[in-house]
Amino acid sequence: MSDFTSNFWSVYVAALTLIGIFACLILLWVTARKKVASSADNTTGHVWDEDLREMNNPMPRWWMWLFVLTIVFSLGYLAAYPGLGSYAGQLGWSTQGEYTLEVAKATRELEPLYARFTAMKPEDAAAQPEAMAIGERLFMNNCAQCHGSDARGSKGFPNLADGDWLHGGTPDKIRETITRGRTGTMPPMAAAVGTPDDVKNVANYVLSLSGSPHDSLRAALGKSKFAVCAACHGMDGKGNPALGAPNLADGVWLHGWGEAAIVAMINQGKVNQMPAQADKLTEAQIHLLTAYVWGLSNKADAVK
Amino acid sequence: MRKVIPIAPLPVDEAMVSLYEAQKKLYPRSVSGFFARWRWGLVFATQLVFYGLPWLEWGQRQAVLFDLGARRFYIFGLVLYPQDFIYLTGLLVVSALSLFLFTAVAGRLWCGFACPQTVYTEIFLWIERRIEGDRTARMRLDSAPLSLEKLVKKWFKHLVWLGVALWTGFSFVGYFSPIRDLGLAFLQTRMGSWEVFWVAFYGLATYGNAGFLREQVCKYMCPYARFQSAMFDRDTLIVTYDQARGEPRGARSRKADLQALDLGACVDCTLCVQVCPTGIDIRNGLQYECISCGACADVCDTVMDKMNYPRGLIRFSTQNGVAARWTQSQMMRRALRPRVLIYSAVLVALCLGLLLSLVLRTPLKVDVVRDRAALSRIVEGGQLENVYRLQVMNATESPQRYRIAAQGLPGLALASDEFVNVEAAQSRWVAVRLHLPYGSVAAGSHPIHFEIKAVDAEPRVSEKSVFLVPR
Repeated sequence: MSDFTSNFWSVYVAALTLIGIFACLILLWVTARKKVASSADNTTGHVWDEDLREMNNPMPRWWMWLFVLTIVFSLGYLAAYPGLGSYAGQLGWSTQGEYTLEVAKATRELEPLYARFTAMKPEDAAAQPEAMAIGERLFMNNCAQCHGSDARGSKGFPNLADGDWLHGGTPDKIRETITRGRTGTMPPMAAAVGTPDDVKNVANYVLSLSGSPHDSLRAALGKSKFAVCAACHGMDGKGNPALGAPNLADGVWLHGWGEAAIVAMINQGKVNQMPAQADKLTEAQIHLLTAYVWGLSNKADAVK
Repeated sequence: MRKVIPIAPLPVDEAMVSLYEAQKKLYPRSVSGFFARWRWGLVFATQLVFYGLPWLEWGQRQAVLFDLGARRFYIFGLVLYPQDFIYLTGLLVVSALSLFLFTAVAGRLWCGFACPQTVYTEIFLWIERRIEGDRTARMRLDSAPLSLEKLVKKWFKHLVWLGVALWTGFSFVGYFSPIRDLGLAFLQTRMGSWEVFWVAFYGLATYGNAGFLREQVCKYMCPYARFQSAMFDRDTLIVTYDQARGEPRGARSRKADLQALDLGACVDCTLCVQVCPTGIDIRNGLQYECISCGACADVCDTVMDKMNYPRGLIRFSTQNGVAARWTQSQMMRRALRPRVLIYSAVLVALCLGLLLSLVLRTPLKVDVVRDRAALSRIVEGGQLENVYRLQVMNATESPQRYRIAAQGLPGLALASDEFVNVEAAQSRWVAVRLHLPYGSVAAGSHPIHFEIKAVDAEPRVSEKSVFLVPR
């Protein structure tokens, strides 16, 4: 565990600590007694400002034993716990060990709580307010950073609360997305489509699919060029969840809305990634997250 | 020629002394009288509240409960959140000011009559007296060799002390953990480890402080004891020994005529020293150890009665009062001096302010947190959307339904649920979405505010936030 090449600093720190403790003991012993003028009236013989006499009011002896107790305690503590340089202490305690124990304890305590819901299908779990509350907390800690705290995403991050799914919205597909992650690839298609004018025409055709504002003349011209897009997005532009190809015929625009955004997408393409959560979350947590995310767009069964 | 004056130290007898000394055990003699009755009255009053309060019920719950786990503090009809900490601060300021006021008027009144250290010492001394006897009996028992009788008495005393102490610890924990459940848990030996720890800790602290440390807490540990003396002036009521009347002290026959003797009123019976819980001789004047309990005044009065002398050789009086031989009413008049009036005015103003703010308090709190992930987004219909998380805290004891509204920009509309239900004394986070037509305001950050109002009750809260419009 040493961060140094030699144990000099460890010895140095340990020696300094022990000398410090020992010095405290000597200091206590030396200052416990004092030479004063003996007097009958319990004064020290010191007089200031004419008549202000210093009295000898000793502290109670148990007070001194408290000091001794701190020294005994510190020695015991240093023997038991890591404190003397790199000496690990008799108890072998470490912050890391403590953390591991606490995590194990929490897991043990949470297990029966999760077990109730892992036995259910996600569809059923989504109808349980308690499961949704756990799911929401997991979502806040692990998903909300990208998808937003209301799960409605933002530009580049899919909205999970509408009914629109890039990779399918069944519980199994959602679980797969969370566990293994997803990579969505839109290749740059400018060369395949043709001239910049052709690209613009295709963009207007794409806009026309969802009935968005568009130039109908250009859309008509672009329709034939859309064939190269249809390989993934389908002839009707409704997408293909098996490939992660988005539906272009609904009003959902993950990467921006309007002609310019679509032209840029055709020209430059895009790679968008959802990271895999299998290593970060337990099976049970993913199960509850699946239920929660599924429940967001299937509110008829779920409790708000 | 320069003359050198030689410096010669005065011959002084010097000796090594220890700066720590073994503490002499005190055996305060029992006392009865006016001040003792007051003290016992206050012992009963304070302990009735302390031991009794956790058992009071209010509706379905404990009347006074500080639920640290859930972070809810119930005081009769009030439900306080950690956000209401200001009331505790207010209470502490009121306590401090009261201490200033009482100290300026009547010295260490708190120490002698209401301080838990005094109160529990009084209770423990009473137990000690019932088992071991009064001062002389206790002294005799302590110096006697070990015997069966001594062993039984000592064991019994400590057993009773521990019983009282642990009951005190139990009552204390009962303020933080529902006491009826706690009692049940104790009977079924399934108390939580922290509960056991705190009952034992508070209990043993009581046992040690009231049974053993006693006056040493006041003398060596208590900060108030020291700084209260700084608030004394010559018109502060303190326990005084009337030196002019008492001296020269001396023993005499009860039948002797005081006039004929060359003696003051003090018969030097030393009873005032024997009853003193801090072991001082009040006839040496005001000392920092004195906790103003008035035991010496009580016992001296009984002696004066026996001697047929007027009472009040040792009495509550002021330094000015004793010096100028003022009557009670003359001293009372001096109680209304500027510092007392200022303390009182500030105290009254503070109490009124605190009460008023408690009465006018809104039993609803809202925190608005703008979503950190999504600054702003464009949604269907060309609307700009901002997301907020609202923490709605219900500080009433019934479930509430709140209506959320947002104002501050033309066309600003709520896109998420308008109503939110929050259980009694619970708080809830809700995600709130606001829509604004694209292009209706310039790009940038625009101040808005949320209005949250209970549907069928009064509480209404307005909270500020901002709406972000992207470029």
